[in-house]
Amino acid sequence: MASPRVVVLDHGSGNVRSAVRALEATGAHVTLTGDRGAALAADGLVVPGVGAFAAVARDLRAVGGHEVVAERLAAGRPVLGVCVGLQVLFGRGLEHAADEASAAAGLGLWPGDVARLPSGVVPHMGWNTVEAPAGSTLFGAEPDPDERYYFVHSFAVQRWTGPASARVTWAEHGVRFVAAVEDGPLSATQFHPEKSGDAGQRLLRRWVASLDDAVGTARGPA
Amino acid sequence: MSLAVRVVPCLDVDAGRVVKGVNFAGLRDAGDPVELARQYGDDGADELVFLDVTASSDARETTYDVVARTAEQVFVPLTVGGGVRGVADVDRLLRAGADKVGVNTAAVARPRLVTEIADRFGAQVLVLSVDARRCPPGTPPSERTPSGFEVTTHGGRRGTGVDALAWAAEAARLGAGEILLNSVDADGTTAGFDLEMLRAVRAEVGVPVVASGGAGRLADFAPAVEAGADAVLAASVFHFGVLSVGQVKDALAAAGHPVRRA
Repeated sequence: MASPRVVVLDHGSGNVRSAVRALEATGAHVTLTGDRGAALAADGLVVPGVGAFAAVARDLRAVGGHEVVAERLAAGRPVLGVCVGLQVLFGRGLEHAADEASAAAGLGLWPGDVARLPSGVVPHMGWNTVEAPAGSTLFGAEPDPDERYYFVHSFAVQRWTGPASARVTWAEHGVRFVAAVEDGPLSATQFHPEKSGDAGQRLLRRWVASLDDAVGTARGPA
Repeated sequence: MSLAVRVVPCLDVDAGRVVKGVNFAGLRDAGDPVELARQYGDDGADELVFLDVTASSDARETTYDVVARTAEQVFVPLTVGGGVRGVADVDRLLRAGADKVGVNTAAVARPRLVTEIADRFGAQVLVLSVDARRCPPGTPPSERTPSGFEVTTHGGRRGTGVDALAWAAEAARLGAGEILLNSVDADGTTAGFDLEMLRAVRAEVGVPVVASGGAGRLADFAPAVEAGADAVLAASVFHFGVLSVGQVKDALAAAGHPVRRA
């Protein structure tokens, strides 16, 4: 099969060049663009996010990213959120919020709050292990518990209240928090696979390989 | 399990070339920062730091090119410091492919810069570099900082009279996401990190602290972690091939500290 076409959604977020390069290294055909048509047509869409929750949510909406993601999911087409690109998929971000009433609205594809880590040293910065469920698309059929991924964040989802059918991967930094979610076509990681060396490359390859399957399914049996 | 101690090689880059000695088997060009970065990445470096020591602004253009080419090939985080004066410099480095940006002298001169960068790009991109020295014995009490540690600028050559502990704490409050604590006294001595200074800064700030300056032997690294460092940075021991990243990780692991195995 030809290389899957992946679009990295360009909504003005910090360093996205490495996400593009890391995906290219998997063999995917990668385009960095904010173009709606391209983002809809791609086999896989990556939603990056660096910086503050409210800013990323605003910038994402500014390029129509919320509609693109919704449309893709309705059609069963894969989307991968990364870092704040995971966080904005949830209901609310409490970053910079003086109280709960001033919380920033996320895309609300999953319920829940993105709240400050109460741990000693914050940001949670560096390489951590994760507890992934067996049979994961992102982490493999039998996830390696010693594999480490690169995290850098001060806020996290600390309770999963989304669909019970979703595969949720956890990590720990003082408290347990959501490190990744796989929920049908919608996946997301709190860590940066594009900065996670070989482990990150393997994860991205598994996701890109799953696009082939999704594309094949969408095209129907041969 | 818990967060791994990060082992971070640092490269001084001048006009697109690595300066200070580099003695690495199997390198085609020991002066090429991209090739050296890739070698360190293969060896298991958890992050890389480029310290841009380029003096002229013309030659600085080459830094962006080096950063871009490194980010294309090395999939671990890259911090670039040196000569960062304002938000525009940070923006350019991030666009080139840096993940974090180190700020030092300009923030000492104008602390508000820390807030400006953090507000725009998030605290996680901002590494505040503190080049600190001990007030020498015999310093008159009127010139001693309260903690006995003083911030320096211009590569440790200029004293500022600013208390290093107070500055680290203020910078963290203003929005720095990480403190890179370099001991000017220990730097280049290979006599070990300044553990007392590390412990003092660790007690003052809630953000990650990177220990820098003085690494010489494998036995130097674990004590830095025990003094509160979240990451250990070294330059010369790696460049000259005295120690490898893997050996440092073995030593940390043997002392009971979690490390990432590449």
